[in-house]
Amino acid sequence: MSGTRLTSGGLIDRARRIDFTFDGRAMQGYAGDTLASALLANGTRIVGRSFKYHRPRGVWGGWFDEPNAIFSVKTPRGSLPNVLGTTTALTPGMEIKSVNAWPNARFDVKGALDLFNPWLKAGFYYKTFMKPDWHLFEPMIRKMAGLGALEPDLIEGYTSDQVHATCDLLVVGGGAAGLAAAEGAARQGKNVWLVEDHAALGGGLYRMGGTIEGLAPADWVTARKAAIENAGGRILTHTTAFGVFDHNLYGLAQQSALDVAPTLYRLRAKDCLLASGAIDRPVTFANNDLPGIMSLEAGIEYLGRYGVLFGKAIAIAANHSQTASAAARLRDAGAAVSLFDPANGDLSATGRRRVTSLRQGGRAEAVDCVLASAGWTPVLHLWRHAGGKLRWDDTLATFVPAQAPKGMAAIGAANGIFDLDQALAEARACATGEPYSPSPPRFNLTPTLPKPGAKGRQWIDFQHDVTLDDIALAERENYVSVEHLKRYTTLGMASDQGKISNIPGLAAMAALTGKTIPEVGTTTFRPPFVPLPLSLYHGPHSGQNFHPLKRLALEKLHRSSGAALGEYGGWLRPAWYGNQPGPDAAQSEARMVRAAGGILDASPLGKIEVMGPDAEAFVNFVYYNTMKTLKPGALRYGFLLTEKGVVFDDGVVFRMGPKRFVISSSSSHAEGVTGLLESWRQDGNDPDRVFVHDTTNHWSTVTVTGPKARNVTRSLGLDIDLSAEAFPHMTFRETSWNDVPLRIARVSFTGEVSFEVSIPASKVEALWTAITDAGEPFGVSPIGIEALSILRAEKGFIIIGKDTDGETMPHDLGFTLPRQKKSTAFVGDRGLHTEVANEPDRRQFVGLSVTGDAPLPTGAHLVEGADRRSFGIVTSSYISPNLNRPIALGLVERGAERMGETVTLFHLGKTYEATLTSPVAFDPDGARIHA
Amino acid sequence: MQLFPCPFCGLRSEGEFHFAAEAGKTRPVTTRDVNAEEWAAYLFDQKNEKGATREVWTHLPCAEMFIMSRDSVTMEVLGTQTLRKLPA
Repeated sequence: MSGTRLTSGGLIDRARRIDFTFDGRAMQGYAGDTLASALLANGTRIVGRSFKYHRPRGVWGGWFDEPNAIFSVKTPRGSLPNVLGTTTALTPGMEIKSVNAWPNARFDVKGALDLFNPWLKAGFYYKTFMKPDWHLFEPMIRKMAGLGALEPDLIEGYTSDQVHATCDLLVVGGGAAGLAAAEGAARQGKNVWLVEDHAALGGGLYRMGGTIEGLAPADWVTARKAAIENAGGRILTHTTAFGVFDHNLYGLAQQSALDVAPTLYRLRAKDCLLASGAIDRPVTFANNDLPGIMSLEAGIEYLGRYGVLFGKAIAIAANHSQTASAAARLRDAGAAVSLFDPANGDLSATGRRRVTSLRQGGRAEAVDCVLASAGWTPVLHLWRHAGGKLRWDDTLATFVPAQAPKGMAAIGAANGIFDLDQALAEARACATGEPYSPSPPRFNLTPTLPKPGAKGRQWIDFQHDVTLDDIALAERENYVSVEHLKRYTTLGMASDQGKISNIPGLAAMAALTGKTIPEVGTTTFRPPFVPLPLSLYHGPHSGQNFHPLKRLALEKLHRSSGAALGEYGGWLRPAWYGNQPGPDAAQSEARMVRAAGGILDASPLGKIEVMGPDAEAFVNFVYYNTMKTLKPGALRYGFLLTEKGVVFDDGVVFRMGPKRFVISSSSSHAEGVTGLLESWRQDGNDPDRVFVHDTTNHWSTVTVTGPKARNVTRSLGLDIDLSAEAFPHMTFRETSWNDVPLRIARVSFTGEVSFEVSIPASKVEALWTAITDAGEPFGVSPIGIEALSILRAEKGFIIIGKDTDGETMPHDLGFTLPRQKKSTAFVGDRGLHTEVANEPDRRQFVGLSVTGDAPLPTGAHLVEGADRRSFGIVTSSYISPNLNRPIALGLVERGAERMGETVTLFHLGKTYEATLTSPVAFDPDGARIHA
Repeated sequence: MQLFPCPFCGLRSEGEFHFAAEAGKTRPVTTRDVNAEEWAAYLFDQKNEKGATREVWTHLPCAEMFIMSRDSVTMEVLGTQTLRKLPA
């Protein structure tokens, strides 16, 4: 077993040992370790199996560029799948499990899949599992694919804090360039934020070794940190800037430990300096995925930051001028190092479960570790999120920043400057605005790009098992556009989003098609830069916090009366009262209303005030029905339409006075109606001559309905003559009750004599108590919404959105007069005379009567012909307790002229029969409503 | 998440606003004959301009509608204008 923790060096705290297990084996790490560094220190070579071929894979990278080290982790707080081992801090008691491997990563039964690789190329699943039906194979394939599994103790549902903040300058990246820039700007008095995703500041300084401006890296970092904070700057570590959004919004995710809810910062930064550094680019060679092959950056990062020397005999295959210093560091730490220049010929690694040698031409070195580097790739995801352009740099063989997005500049390695002193000079100049003349770079490399046709299996995307051959296959099959290449081969579609595989993949396609890399182009960079839990985004805005239920002022009294509460159109309302099963309770309540009466909390009914000098013209314009003839003290039923002529809402309009109306929209629709009124008021009328104000929540409404309604209401002792002659249907009165203003209207949704009593919400408990007490001797008690739904259906009264749909116009519901006669303009007027509106086959509102006891299913289709063409639907269906038979309402083509016709209905495989009737099943003459 | 300037409430987060319509459409006078093309144009034709646009937006908390000019490519807000007819 190789893998050695050195006795000194690195940022780990050797005094704080951390015990953990990996696939059941006990191991030890230190505070400051990541899962990956601790596993490497324990000599773990195979950390997982690849996605498709189940190839053994080891740690490749040192930070967010890691494609392989993905684990299921159990902490004392619970489990999480798909944890990236290189960026996750090790904490005590972690149980780490490899994923996509059974029984574990060292022995994987499915590893035999790798033997089938000649047939498992890109597009294999598409081509193979088409016949007879993909769904036949899907369960098996899904079972074999995928990463971690969800455990029952999954950590989820936590509430992330969300912080909104602003600053002058955001510096992304706390490496040398970022620290120097943040210090420079903070000293100038700017409000500076610096974010760094590692726990420690310093970026690449620890792997470089040596001194910086005469100080040891840790001391230099401490000095910069103190300077920034003393100047008022703010530093967030453990924090990833994961996306740039419109209007300079930066998303920052701060996560100190795996099992602690991360914090989301929504930061508006006037300017941003991107000091996000660069990552190592893989060298593409035969068997370059063997465990023990890592990026050169990772190899010296584990040494410098974590005190881990992973190999004793290390081969470095790199093409650039920083290779020698890396080799020296590794030698100083005690490793034997051999150097390979990829320019000298094709490389190939050998070994089965780990790399054992590296070959080039006739040369072969026995090694236990290969560190490879094809140069630096600047991390420019945020640059692209913000709309910055990229330029291919032939000398660096990578994309570097070109035209900058507004308010952003890249510095240091992110800007393609890989020499420390130059990066520092540039960063300071950029932050302070002082002049800066760049010196010629010392860093240089010999471009090393994948060579199509090279021998052996050359891995491009480690996490998704995409090889150079797969890209060649895509090219042969004409998937040459980068977006097609990505989707056909799944290149760059794994959880690492192609951080290390994109450039080799694009370079391979460029070589195959004879294009330049810029001609091939890149796929789109989208947030988030690293995988983040969705809980982070919603924070506390979920469930009731996201969409709160509207609550009745009477809720407490309803609960004490044994109401079963349910959500109706966003309101928590009594569905029924008492302990009977719901359907039975609704039946007896509906029966009680027709026999004696019922009391309903109708508070959600809209009460939208419309007033002002133009109020009459305005209400007349927004309503289908003529409203200008309405007299004060009277109310009128009507429809609000959309401009297409479709019914938007129904309700009654109260005329309070010459310049004042109250629009009683249907329950649950008050906000929508207010919005419609506001839009006509402000965008079409003079907003200073008419005012709209929604008072639905200020007034509560108690409805007394039924033959005894007048007797019950009388006991309130109001100074109003309630007789039918003095107070006819569709009128209202204003008075007071116990010195509280009160509005009482005769309007009915049950077909019975009804009094709708409205009072300021703060006084409604007394009113409810008085009315329910008064009801008792008459056998009149509270009813819920379910009973009301039955009662209104017996009368053929519609519920908008239930008995109507997005095509229903008033003439489909039998309200034809304004369409033909109304002389003034109104919303939707022209829409009622279009070709569609005049179509003779329109679906019209009807009743359906069935023989037998079984009600029709709501949603059943009326069908005709062998192909069961639908010519209508059932919109409401109940058993009527007052008619002792099922009743139903529906929308049916030419329904009005087909009364008496017997129709066939079809629903979920069953057939029904019914007769088309008038929608009004109960009291068709309407005698009761006027009584 | 963009920042929009409500003429009453100042700069607020995009989530508080609703798009209402493209600005500048006039409702045909429907008491006269309006042919089908004219009505369809009023209902359905949108300019969907690339670049500078003029749109009606509502700021939901205060319910004020206003005209906002913005660039549909860069997302830059170019200015706002009240729908009020009287001088403020």
